[in-house]
Amino acid sequence: MSYGEYGGRYVPETLIPALDELEAGWREAKGDPDFAAELDRLGREYAGRPTPLTLAERFAPGKRLYLKREDLLHTGAHKLNNALGQAVLARRLGKTRIIAETGAGQHGVATATVCARFGLECVVYMGAEDMRRQHPNVERMGLLGAEVRPVEFGTKTLKEATSEAIRDWITNVETTHYLIGSCVGPEPYPEIVRDLQSVLGREARAQVLEAEGRLPDAAIACVGGGSNAIGMFAGFLDDHEVRLYGVEAAGAASLGAGRAGVLHGARSSLLADEDGQILDADSISAGLDYPGVGPEHAQLRDSGRVTYLSATDDEALAAFGRLAETEGIIPALEPAHALARAGKLDGDVIVVCLSGRGDKDLDQVLARR
Amino acid sequence: MSGAATKTLVIYLMAGRDTPELAAAAEAGGADLVEIGFPFSDPLADGPVIRRAAERALAEGMRTRACLECLALTRARLSVPLVPMTYSSLLEAYGWERFPEDARAAGAASLIVADLPAGERPELRRVQLVAPTSTEERLRLAADQTDGWLYLVTVTGTTGARSEVSPALAGLVERARRVAAVPLYAGFGISTPEQAAAAAAIADGVVVGSRAVEVAEAGAPALERYVRSLRAALDSNTS
Repeated sequence: MSYGEYGGRYVPETLIPALDELEAGWREAKGDPDFAAELDRLGREYAGRPTPLTLAERFAPGKRLYLKREDLLHTGAHKLNNALGQAVLARRLGKTRIIAETGAGQHGVATATVCARFGLECVVYMGAEDMRRQHPNVERMGLLGAEVRPVEFGTKTLKEATSEAIRDWITNVETTHYLIGSCVGPEPYPEIVRDLQSVLGREARAQVLEAEGRLPDAAIACVGGGSNAIGMFAGFLDDHEVRLYGVEAAGAASLGAGRAGVLHGARSSLLADEDGQILDADSISAGLDYPGVGPEHAQLRDSGRVTYLSATDDEALAAFGRLAETEGIIPALEPAHALARAGKLDGDVIVVCLSGRGDKDLDQVLARR
Repeated sequence: MSGAATKTLVIYLMAGRDTPELAAAAEAGGADLVEIGFPFSDPLADGPVIRRAAERALAEGMRTRACLECLALTRARLSVPLVPMTYSSLLEAYGWERFPEDARAAGAASLIVADLPAGERPELRRVQLVAPTSTEERLRLAADQTDGWLYLVTVTGTTGARSEVSPALAGLVERARRVAAVPLYAGFGISTPEQAAAAAAIADGVVVGSRAVEVAEAGAPALERYVRSLRAALDSNTS
């Protein structure tokens, strides 16, 4: 397996040839300067890269706390980095239909966006409970021409939406690319998503060096499946003096409270019972409300390179309000978990991945006030 | 087929309180092998019927130990082989070595793990699955590693009834014959006697899952009648 004892391809046989094809296509794309040039151009001209690095002086007085502003990326979250890259890859592979799962709806919107941009058919699976709490994103996907299919069974959240997307892929694998939204799933997906999200970590590293003349003391990001975090960490993994922190939702702490298990095609750390049955996660943040996590995070936890913390719903809500009031930035509830822990870290220079903006969460937040 | 070779009829049932009685009915109706599903919360290879059956079984407390007890109780009533079918997560939790040992002790003839493709964990002896999308290389790997027979997934898709037998089956049987010396049983999407007969005309046997699970909800006599109708269709085929 790719990530120590984690990762692998725990999927029905039907998908194995497609995963082989995807892996070969990815290796070829990675070695092709035209692919890199196309992604770079799309990033600049369509998505709005590079995103700024903002010093949050009022949010964290006495520290040099920087926000990596993925909230300013087109569609409002880091998810577009991955969706753009995989859409270009899918076109190289000759796939005309795209499917995706979504929790908070940010990945669904990003996928619907790139499908509109490239003229690809798009189906997004979303739990009925998430459709209720993230209604604006459901409307956005519709406007972008995507079909949103509600998943009405089980937890009615991201876990079931992911299972249904995989079942669709098993059924339509010859025409369809499964545009997975996080660094989870069978190989090679965790690696593809990490590589595509690493752009934000590389930019953040260069921007901190530019602003401070040195590397940060710490970098911190929220972790659901873990794609914005793995992208941020990718920029600093080799800089051993930079401490790295991931923050899970307290009710969905796959790394902090999980055990080794198999879900959605990979062996990782999961919320599961002693019989291997997957447990329900529980978070106010639909994007973190997932009982699994990318296998590389499980390896990074075990190796000690990254420290994983958690934040409660209330702590995230408090950080959400504080960033709005002190900086004029409304964050998504997901990175609000990272913000809740960022101010308490040791060190002067800290980088937080502000992975998305909070417009989608207003109803949720106002209902809790 | 020349020579009237008897075709094998495999019936899938979800583990539960009534499974020993239902499995006995399936045997009485003419089943040659019974698969017993050990339910998993997130069964990726399964369509709605078996997924819902798994949800019900879990709600009734059919966790791994209860499933092994169910297997042993069923074993005591039947003479045909029993094969548990499950997902990797259960083996991960119970122990990759301990699970097959305890299943065998409870009467399992082999094991099927729906999300563990050939090549992964080769030390675990099990019935391998191949699909219409499998390459020649993967067919050969699965044929080499399989335990007793090869499970041909007739459709590119999940378990569940279809309106007709997959046109992909004939090609898959032909390709599998070239590399496999073991019997080939076709499953996924076979629900009617006509479909069973059509699939068995080219394969060595058929697996009926979702429809059997549905019929079993109506009780053992209904299941026995249904299995008998499948048996009759297979036997008329080869006579």
